[in-house]
Amino acid sequence: MEISVTVNGGARTADVEPRMLLAHVIREEFGLTGTHVGCDTTSCGACTVLLDGSPVKSCTMFGVQADGREVTTVEGLADAAGLHPVQAAFQEEHGLQCGFCTPGMMLVGSALLERNPDPSDDDIRWAISGNLCRCTGYMNIVKAIQAAAKTKAEAAQAAAASA
Amino acid sequence: MLPSRFDYHRASSIDEALSILDQYGEDAKVLAGGQSLIPLMKLRFAAPAHLIDINPISGLDSIEERDGYLAIGALVRHHQLASSEPIAKGYPTLAAAAPQIADPIVRNLGTTGGSLAHADPAGDLGSVMLSMGASVLLRSSAGERVVPIGEFLVDTFTTSITPNELLTEIRVPTPPPRSGGTYLKLERKVGDFATVAVAVTLSLEDGAVGGAGIALTGVGLKNIEAAEAAASLRGAAPTDEAFAEAGHLAAAASNPVSDVRGTDTYKRHMVEVYTRRGLATASAMAAG
Repeated sequence: MEISVTVNGGARTADVEPRMLLAHVIREEFGLTGTHVGCDTTSCGACTVLLDGSPVKSCTMFGVQADGREVTTVEGLADAAGLHPVQAAFQEEHGLQCGFCTPGMMLVGSALLERNPDPSDDDIRWAISGNLCRCTGYMNIVKAIQAAAKTKAEAAQAAAASA
Repeated sequence: MLPSRFDYHRASSIDEALSILDQYGEDAKVLAGGQSLIPLMKLRFAAPAHLIDINPISGLDSIEERDGYLAIGALVRHHQLASSEPIAKGYPTLAAAAPQIADPIVRNLGTTGGSLAHADPAGDLGSVMLSMGASVLLRSSAGERVVPIGEFLVDTFTTSITPNELLTEIRVPTPPPRSGGTYLKLERKVGDFATVAVAVTLSLEDGAVGGAGIALTGVGLKNIEAAEAAASLRGAAPTDEAFAEAGHLAAAASNPVSDVRGTDTYKRHMVEVYTRRGLATASAMAAG
């Protein structure tokens, strides 16, 4: 079945079997291997992508369901100006060790900051409660998302001051 | 993991979905949020030959206050329940349960109708709806019928829906004034199935308990309505003793099995504790 999906801002098409999961379509048809398949049972959140801006587990949705919709993967976070504030903060605050859960964590973190620019630690822990990390103990992930919130707030302030 | 092959049908209206159901009957499954069905298909516990995607149908994703009840469209996502103003204001049992369903990412896709039609004994919404006396609206090309949730949930993964029917709406009676309710869930971690959970809905009338509904999650072959426990409260003074007695009756109505989440004795005990605590919370809320 022919599908058209806006992936990281660009139009993509693919001819997929209906039983192909969105995670497979992203990795194998679109070649974007930053979307990781972890548990494959809707538990770990490693395969999280943004569907029209909201986090979803791409191992628990068929690719054909994404037809006509907008998907953001970890590859879509950075832009021409450089890393997304969440990505920069994960690097700076050591928000990752093995890196397997990191794409999902960063996408959930970026979606949270769109909705809630000034989250408490509890808000962050709540938001990432569908994502498992077996390395960090979560401390530095929470710190990284806090740091990104601060960077974004400072950038918004600077933009307002220069406007 | 890949599911077995199936034919994918995209329904853009209720009538279209119903006509596809008429055509394929038991060989078809309806795809709503997919957060339970897709994992089952990947494990090949479910292998429908035809999958009818109802997500494109508009008008099934609204929460509407009507005369005497709240109408929840079958495609209302769990995160919508958790952020709905009418629910936060007037339907405390549902408001308490919604943010505890699965995890935040699953709540973005999982639906109210899908969760009920899946009829998992560990499902949260079945108990909420039993405690609140809700009904479901089932439509077919021949007409529609309203079925009380207690008659809808028949057994593990089994409901009274027929192969040509579609669940389109959930109707939750508006609680009387001076009502309270809550949902207490014991889980090992976010996203795990409940070890035990208890839904409690209660109203006060002239200082006594007017109506009460108690239902249990994860401790039997389906969501269990603890009818005797609820009946023991009607007309009684809302005291700790009355709540303790209802807790005993609720524990007696449960039928848990020992597994990795705990022993049957532990689970039965937790039903008692959570029923008692839930009733105290609901009663304090109703006394306002």
